[in-house]
Amino acid sequence: MAVTSPAVAGPHQYLESQIRWRTIEVVFWLATLLPFVLTPDYLVLASQIAITALFALSLDLILGYAGIVSLGHAAFFGFGAYTAGLISKWGWGEPLTGLLISAVAAGLLGYLMSFIISRFRHLALIMITLGFGLLLLEAANSASGLTGGADGLQGVNMWPLLGTFKFDLYGYTAYCYSLIVLFLLFLVSRRVINSPFGLSLRGIRENAVRMRAIGATSRAHIRKIYTISATIAGVAGAILTQTTETVSLGVLDFQRSADILVILILGGAGRLYGGLVGAIIYLIARDQFSGINPQYWYFPIGVLLIAVVLFLPNGILGGLAQLAGSERGQRWFGWLTSSTLRGRAS
Amino acid sequence: MNAPVLATRGLDKSFGSLVVAREIEISLPQGVRYALIGPNGAGKTTLINLMTGMLRPDAGQIMLAGEDITALGPEERVRRGLVRTFQINSLFPHLNPLEAVTLVVCERERIARTFWRTTADYREAVDEAYDILKSLMLGADCYRQTRELAYGQQRLLEIALALATKPKVLLLDEPAAGVPREESAELFTAINNLSADITVLFIEHDMELVFRLASRIIVMVSGSILLEGTPEQISADPRVREVYLGGAQHG
Repeated sequence: MAVTSPAVAGPHQYLESQIRWRTIEVVFWLATLLPFVLTPDYLVLASQIAITALFALSLDLILGYAGIVSLGHAAFFGFGAYTAGLISKWGWGEPLTGLLISAVAAGLLGYLMSFIISRFRHLALIMITLGFGLLLLEAANSASGLTGGADGLQGVNMWPLLGTFKFDLYGYTAYCYSLIVLFLLFLVSRRVINSPFGLSLRGIRENAVRMRAIGATSRAHIRKIYTISATIAGVAGAILTQTTETVSLGVLDFQRSADILVILILGGAGRLYGGLVGAIIYLIARDQFSGINPQYWYFPIGVLLIAVVLFLPNGILGGLAQLAGSERGQRWFGWLTSSTLRGRAS
Repeated sequence: MNAPVLATRGLDKSFGSLVVAREIEISLPQGVRYALIGPNGAGKTTLINLMTGMLRPDAGQIMLAGEDITALGPEERVRRGLVRTFQINSLFPHLNPLEAVTLVVCERERIARTFWRTTADYREAVDEAYDILKSLMLGADCYRQTRELAYGQQRLLEIALALATKPKVLLLDEPAAGVPREESAELFTAINNLSADITVLFIEHDMELVFRLASRIIVMVSGSILLEGTPEQISADPRVREVYLGGAQHG
């Protein structure tokens, strides 16, 4: 990873160049509009991808940036999903306020959890988050009077978005809605990551012991990012409820926590676009493979995973960044990436 | 001499039956360069761990600028100006030096909690970090990832991170450990150029470095302080010779 940046004149220019929007980012976000034109039959899938991408982004903030492992992140996704469902069931079907209330609820749960989370690391965290996820799943299962239990929550009925746009069968409104929320929360995440706070998170990930020895307030940082992450996960869950008008226990399932971890690692943890790219590839692959063979579609997914981990240990984006950082990659793709992809390449 | 910046009183620590610190009494005045020497296993790093709060003493007190800090955690001691470096590099491998030192400055200035402004917005913090790096000859390489730096540069970055906390007392745990001869001159210059306001206590096995840098030397053996004095006194003392040359009983 040779540094070929004589253009860097000073530390300010360097830091500013790190956070500038790159051509490839603009291309990426413009491309998210393509499904409206190219594949209008797949807008429901596109909406699922946007929701999953948002969920993966929330996990990336804690796992990819702060190094906080979680095997139970579906807890917050599910909590947001059920909150949004219940608000609607109890007679308030306005989507935006419902989304806001669900976000606050999931954030509050995350804040409470963060006091435990910030005291542990690594394996202990895996066990704690796993246990917490299972706990919430069983709680939702047993509280069937409230949640509908295994039958799912019935009677979710959303009002039109902004009083105008009805949630249609083709997923047009759903994709617009989830894409806009994804983009806005992506902007928030981007800002968080590029802040002094985001820098400290990376410090915690890189060396928690040293953070103590420089007097850092690591636990407060972890509590804060965990709350932010839980909030975003809750928003993702709430959008799923609102766009599908149903909630099942699946939103809290261990499988969902595991899937989102896989998606993030597939795309590349510790990169803002890792979860987004991972969600796109994972869900499209799943859609295609299950079309080919509805029974054994997990088989090719497994192959894909092993191949990525073997050949691209830093995920798909990690591999692309490495390629773009190479000399030939620079010649071909330099205009797309300018400096940051190389700067982050690991 | 003025009042001590850092002092310990009757510091004891043992792991089971192994006594690693026994009645440690030291008193460091402001701005003095102290070397802490002694054979392997004498308890030098343990003493640093006790002073910085990484270990809790069984008995005794630690005073920083006249205040009892024995009950404080490591982070709080750092914020009050008692800072250490590590014998084995303890850095941020995937951050570059500029980011790492800026991080420390931001933590010190309590701006590390802000997440709605970019790091680049805090121009003063970035400038300060860059100045520290330049003063330690890391300015040219401050955009390269830490893990790619030469070993000697990583040792300098160890010191840079500590300096960015604006320490009153700096505890350097074998700053030159493992540094090849041709790179150790930079390290010597860096330590020699440290601000005269900072009190420095450093552990070092390279006696040449010790005698060039230290104005006073503390000799530790088996968890106790054997003696303290000027380099001349220490080099003339027969007990020190015995510890280093014939001290088989201290193994």
